[in-house]
Amino acid sequence: MHAAVVVFPGSNCDRDVALAVARATGRPPAMVWHGDTDLPRADLIVLPGGFSYGDYLRCGAMAAHSPVMRAVVERVKAGARVLGICNGFQILTEARLLPGALLRNASRKFVCRPVSLRVETTNGEFTRAYAPGETIRLPVAHGEGNYTADPETLARLEGEGRVVFRYVDGTNPNGSVNDIAGIMDATGRVMGLMPHPERASEAIHGSTDGARMFEGLVEALA
Amino acid sequence: MTGVTADVAKEHGLSAEEWQAALEIMGRTPSITELGIFSVMWSEHCSYKSSRVWLKTLPTTGPRVICGPGENAGVVDIGGGLAAVFKMESHNHPSFIEPYQGAATGVGGIMRDVFTMGARPVANLNALRFGRPDHPRTRHLLAGVVAGIGGYGNCVGVPTVGGELNFHPAYDGNCLVNAMTVGLAKADRIFYSAAAGVGNPVVYVGSKTGRDGIHGATMASAEFSEGTEEKRPTVQVGDPFTEKLLIEACLELMATDAIVAIQDMGAAGLTSSSVEMAGKGDLGITLDLDRVPQREQGMTAYEIMLSESQERMLMILRPGAEDQARAIFTKWELDFAVIGRLTDTGRLVLTRDGRVEADMPIEPLSSRAPLYHRPWEPTPPPAPIDDGAFDLPDTPVRALARLLASADLCSRRWVWEQYDSHVGADTAQGPGGDAAVVRIHGTGRALAMTCDVTPRYCLADPVEGGRQAVAEAWRNLTAVGALPLAVTDNMNFGNPEKPRIMGQFAGCIQGMADACRALEFPVVSGNVSLYNETDGRAILPTPAIGGLGLLEDVTKAAVAAFTAPDLAILVLGDGRGHLGQSLYLRELHGREEGAPPPVDLAVERRNGDLVRALIADGLVAGCHDVSDGGLLVAVAEMAMAGRTGCRLDLPADAGVLFGEDQGRYVVATADPTAVAARAVAAGVPVARVGTTGGVSLTGPHLGAISVEDLTAAHEAFLPALMSGETA
Repeated sequence: MHAAVVVFPGSNCDRDVALAVARATGRPPAMVWHGDTDLPRADLIVLPGGFSYGDYLRCGAMAAHSPVMRAVVERVKAGARVLGICNGFQILTEARLLPGALLRNASRKFVCRPVSLRVETTNGEFTRAYAPGETIRLPVAHGEGNYTADPETLARLEGEGRVVFRYVDGTNPNGSVNDIAGIMDATGRVMGLMPHPERASEAIHGSTDGARMFEGLVEALA
Repeated sequence: MTGVTADVAKEHGLSAEEWQAALEIMGRTPSITELGIFSVMWSEHCSYKSSRVWLKTLPTTGPRVICGPGENAGVVDIGGGLAAVFKMESHNHPSFIEPYQGAATGVGGIMRDVFTMGARPVANLNALRFGRPDHPRTRHLLAGVVAGIGGYGNCVGVPTVGGELNFHPAYDGNCLVNAMTVGLAKADRIFYSAAAGVGNPVVYVGSKTGRDGIHGATMASAEFSEGTEEKRPTVQVGDPFTEKLLIEACLELMATDAIVAIQDMGAAGLTSSSVEMAGKGDLGITLDLDRVPQREQGMTAYEIMLSESQERMLMILRPGAEDQARAIFTKWELDFAVIGRLTDTGRLVLTRDGRVEADMPIEPLSSRAPLYHRPWEPTPPPAPIDDGAFDLPDTPVRALARLLASADLCSRRWVWEQYDSHVGADTAQGPGGDAAVVRIHGTGRALAMTCDVTPRYCLADPVEGGRQAVAEAWRNLTAVGALPLAVTDNMNFGNPEKPRIMGQFAGCIQGMADACRALEFPVVSGNVSLYNETDGRAILPTPAIGGLGLLEDVTKAAVAAFTAPDLAILVLGDGRGHLGQSLYLRELHGREEGAPPPVDLAVERRNGDLVRALIADGLVAGCHDVSDGGLLVAVAEMAMAGRTGCRLDLPADAGVLFGEDQGRYVVATADPTAVAARAVAAGVPVARVGTTGGVSLTGPHLGAISVEDLTAAHEAFLPALMSGETA
């Protein structure tokens, strides 16, 4: 699998996710600068966590209109997989590659803690390494992860099995509707989630549940 | 333009003698810009005029010390060609006036001190002190400070991995916000601030200069009184996104050979950075202030030189390296301007709109900076108390639950969940344990780090309190298995012109120096914050200690938790049960009295060296130092952290259960025989006090309470306080 990680000036999980991807693929992913208009060959494009352009207004709003995102949209049409983690998820919604929006946490505070997630679907390459209905542990760290969408969109997401991860055991950290933690687009090729799989990819992280996401992608896209 | 007179000098905080010295140095009346430069360079904040004679008595060298105090941060060799760069710094006065921005810019400033030296910041910690929980300002200050620290560090992408938090009425009018940053650099690629090379370009990078923060250093060198809130305009505003860009751009440039010297523009901004860099290199410097990137129209030379706008750096470049450097800063969309040159005149010459606004010798700004041997009175020894006079008012486990729910012992989760403690993916142990453990990126080794001081001990007995602060930092690093390497200190005190306060300062320094020597734990960087007084009322003496340690194998780090049932619980170290100055005495008897527990540094070292060896040898399943609250609190904290109960064979004796002796550790082990044998061989007192298992903390003389109930009590205090349900 060839992977690329997009680097915005305020990305701060780009190194972490590059290492997690490299552990799964055996080679470091291409790092692509936000001002680039062209992407290298990539079966998987990762939009990492961070504060893309400072995000003082609306998280991901400016990044969604960056030069590199036009290239990402083209690649999605051409069949590439795109994974948006945390700020990457926010950028995907702002770019309308995923529906809905991520609002300020209900607590109005930044929250960093481990959460329990139920894997709601194993359709598609992102979650094929998990068992359907399995509960996994990943950490979250965000101020704006409160997912919301209009009732029609929600009904469609739920009806089409596009809610990929849901907070369980009372661990919803942000007030998101239906306890949604991650969703995918209608093609199954674009997924966004607030929790950080790259921060649960080694023994010292206390959980390796996140590493399996990258391992599953490698198996599927090898 | 104001005419400069003795009165104007006084308004700038210069004493009559200091003004006289300035007149002599200049040989004429200084211009207003020159006066402004004298005033900030000779402020307490920049000149350390009251503290310097005492700071010199601290041990600052050791086999691992690459750079001690005097640079932007301390540097220690951590092996493998790497160095750790670290420092702690206060932002107390600004945080009290504007908690969010005050704390945020404190974090930004200390990170710049670290990356200025060529290190990538890898961890932040903080030591916070607020007034009593029900004081009308406490909630506002705590909420703002925590949000500010999180808002800045989270955005920059440096994990906030630990810290400490206390409440006490002595901080009602002056909160303390001490921020610490640890960075990693190649040991042979450390950058310093001494300018070199006549004719070399002086380069300004980062944010534009505005009128914010003018006279911040002077504000931080005065007491508060009514009207303090009017000083809000002197608080700077932080931009963590720009800081992130500045880190990446500076580190990218530092990978080349373009930089001769570099310093961040912190307190006193362009003034202190240009004067200090030129001064250290015995050179002169000319600056064309028209070239300084400016955010506002019509700024005067005075305003440009005294601005404390954030996220700015000053560099001396190798001749001809300007274009290479400019390209990097342009890529990161940061301002880059050549604003001057180094000269051989030894003078600072500033021009604005073609006029010379300042022309003054640099060397006397430091060599003739005021240095005070302030009179000081030793703190009288505290009246001893009779430990036998304080019976348990409740069954022991009930008393325990009350202690664990008190302001100084409750869970700090409400605070640290607002900090991203894992960005970087190297955090092995975040907040909540004895010390944070952060893997050295790309290796299997780790740094351990902690912030400690017990201000109530320092008030009762400054010398013993100073010793204890260092010993506890050393012990906390040891408790995770790390070898303690060095410390940074943040000395927070009241008005040094009062002999009683100066006596606290002197006493704490003496105690710290003792402990640093005995534990081979040198001070490599630090910061002093004086005048923490409001309407004449001083804070508790608070010499916050930031400790740094090294673990050879990150997977061997010990956790402060009962990780399994059926482990033996041992206490290593002697417990005589001192109740003086204990939290038990304060929280259950309402008394803040007595002498703090004495620190025996030889015993401290002997016990700690044993514990570290036991952890390295894999004999320890859980380890926690015994500090605030005493033995039963330490055991309960391990039970809560591991969600595992225990059966304890301890007497219903307040001194045994809640006395705060030093040099002690609780260890959980699957092999108590081996641990006891090693302890006996090392001459360390060892006692088995119980066994892990079950869902409750129980004992024949203690009563029983479920770990779940203890946790509920422990977790309740801060959320209730901050949602306004108490107070």
